[in-house]
Amino acid sequence: MSEPVFKKTSMLTDAPTHYCPGCTHGIIHRLVAESIEELGLSDRAIGIAPVGCSVFAYRYFNCDMQEAAHGRAPAAATGIKRAVPNSIVFTYQGDGDLLSIGNCEVNHAAARGEKICVFLINNAIYGMTGGQMAPTTLIGMKSTTSPKGRDPEVNGYPMRGAEMLATHEGTYYAARVAVNNTKNILAAKKAIKKAFEYQNAGKGLSFVEILSTCPTNWGLSPIESLEFLENKMMPYYPLGVLKDKGAE
Amino acid sequence: MARVLMKGNEAIAEAAIAAGCRFFFGYPITPQSEVPEYFSIRMPEVGGTFVQAESEVAAVNMLYGAAGTGVRAMTSSSSPGFSLKQEGISYIACAEIPAVVVNIMRGGPGLGSIQASQADYFQATKGGGHGDYRLLVYAPASIQEACDLMATAFDRSQKYRCVSMILGDGMLGQMMEPVEIKPVEVKQYDNSWATVGWADKSRPRAVVNSLYITHEELGAVNKRLQAKYKEIAANEVMVEEFNMDQPEFVIVAFGTVARIAKNAVAKLKEQGINVGLIRPITVWPFPYCSLEKAAAMNSVKGFLTVEVSAGQLVEDVRLGVNGKKPVELHNTLGSVYPTPDEIVESILALKGRK
Ligand SMILES: Cc1ncc(C[n+]2csc(CCOP(=O)(O)OP(=O)(O)O)c2C)c(N)n1
Ligand code: SF4
Repeated sequence: MSEPVFKKTSMLTDAPTHYCPGCTHGIIHRLVAESIEELGLSDRAIGIAPVGCSVFAYRYFNCDMQEAAHGRAPAAATGIKRAVPNSIVFTYQGDGDLLSIGNCEVNHAAARGEKICVFLINNAIYGMTGGQMAPTTLIGMKSTTSPKGRDPEVNGYPMRGAEMLATHEGTYYAARVAVNNTKNILAAKKAIKKAFEYQNAGKGLSFVEILSTCPTNWGLSPIESLEFLENKMMPYYPLGVLKDKGAE
Repeated sequence: MARVLMKGNEAIAEAAIAAGCRFFFGYPITPQSEVPEYFSIRMPEVGGTFVQAESEVAAVNMLYGAAGTGVRAMTSSSSPGFSLKQEGISYIACAEIPAVVVNIMRGGPGLGSIQASQADYFQATKGGGHGDYRLLVYAPASIQEACDLMATAFDRSQKYRCVSMILGDGMLGQMMEPVEIKPVEVKQYDNSWATVGWADKSRPRAVVNSLYITHEELGAVNKRLQAKYKEIAANEVMVEEFNMDQPEFVIVAFGTVARIAKNAVAKLKEQGINVGLIRPITVWPFPYCSLEKAAAMNSVKGFLTVEVSAGQLVEDVRLGVNGKKPVELHNTLGSVYPTPDEIVESILALKGRK
């Protein structure tokens, strides 16, 4: 028999995911899971699922998992990492979870320099609850709570997570990546892996913001969604490494 | 440890350490700030961890995370801060994480006062957060009792995988009394459910969770929770019955107010009036059986509930007495505490009415 050319990472369970067709949450799951496995960290990993479309992440990541209250994952991660310092702790959070209701928790975890990885999945919308405005919803973008498009006079401006998190002394690494094409997916994997490497080396908080799609609530086809991500999101949320203390 | 003079808040913290607590997450608020202050000194000395959280919300979720790894951990606060912890407590209760919480009550509602109160009784005993859950609530009347109950609170939280609560008030937290922090034999319970990293593949993958999306699953979880609360109610009631030999009246009060009431009982005795005192030590589960028993005594003409709240404890007293005898309320509001003489007056008024 010939050697298999591809094998699913052992860091993902066999549970079928519930994500919509064309949603890029699944790609991001795979990148996080592969990174953990490739670095040999599977047995020490403890993940934290958010409240949002990825609430069932505890079913998919094949390691010990906690499911935190909406936005509180970085606080729960703090408790876990302090209690089990040898563990590799990561949170997987949507933009509503992390930048709206959980803004306080993530910023203070970063300021304290908690030795954890925080992954922000920015799809510019509240996916799970049916497409309401998120703190990341772009100006002019329609949502079920900004039906005529986000108006800065009424709704203010979209928030840039990676830039904000990079300001904290305790943040060791902050980057923004995307999963809209192969090149960007490979770059995203590199950033995610780096975040885990830094945690494994005992460094401070590593933050990776990943631009993601929500075809269902954007009202676009999967292909159109990838185009929207590139043409509309990337100009406001530029990709790149905002901070890398390890490279300084 | 020998008997030493200690402030209530500090003694509570020291007793938690004796009970094996090594993780504390908190946020300053009067009148409980000495709890985090004391832990910040002591935890590093015993190899433990103290984190000053950015808020009570964060603190209780740090507790969720840490206690979810099976370690003994706690948080403490006072009324306004304790309200903020309710979301996390509901999650901890549903995820069946063993944890201890302390509320050193102050006057409310709103920002209220910084002095003592008992007005969080409903919050502590009837829910507080969303959903059907219970806390195992201990209401000490002295600093010594608070310390002794701390050991029990930690042990029972581990045994039942539930949230135990110490419900004190600003008076208990701020006063000083001689106290002996007794050594505790820390019993180990099964921790195979805890998230510590899945190196031990002989156990299933650990998931700490409170989401059960189908009605069948959530129904089953609630059934299991209720069965557990029933077991706790059957096994864990604690009560002090004082001077209950054929009393004419029975006072019901908890915590520091029960101590004031005890002085009233002594004063009434000098006047030849025999009054008993029922002091719930656990306010949930509530000692309804003691009240039932007292209500059935021929000598007892009525009950007087003494509380620093608008008529909260009295509801449980009425449930226990179940209409068999009159139940009167002597209450003060906000942070105003009754004096023994005022309680004596109320008993005399009851007697005069008969
Ligand atoms: C305290 C609380 N408030 C509100 C909700 C409802 N809720 C669930 S998910 C969600 C938003 C999720 O959006 P996001 O974090 O962007 O993740 P996505 O679903 O887009 O992946 C909200 C508001 C909740 N579960 N808990
Ligand atoms: S609603 Fe949007 S974010 Fe959620 S699974 Fe569907 S496409 Fe993905």
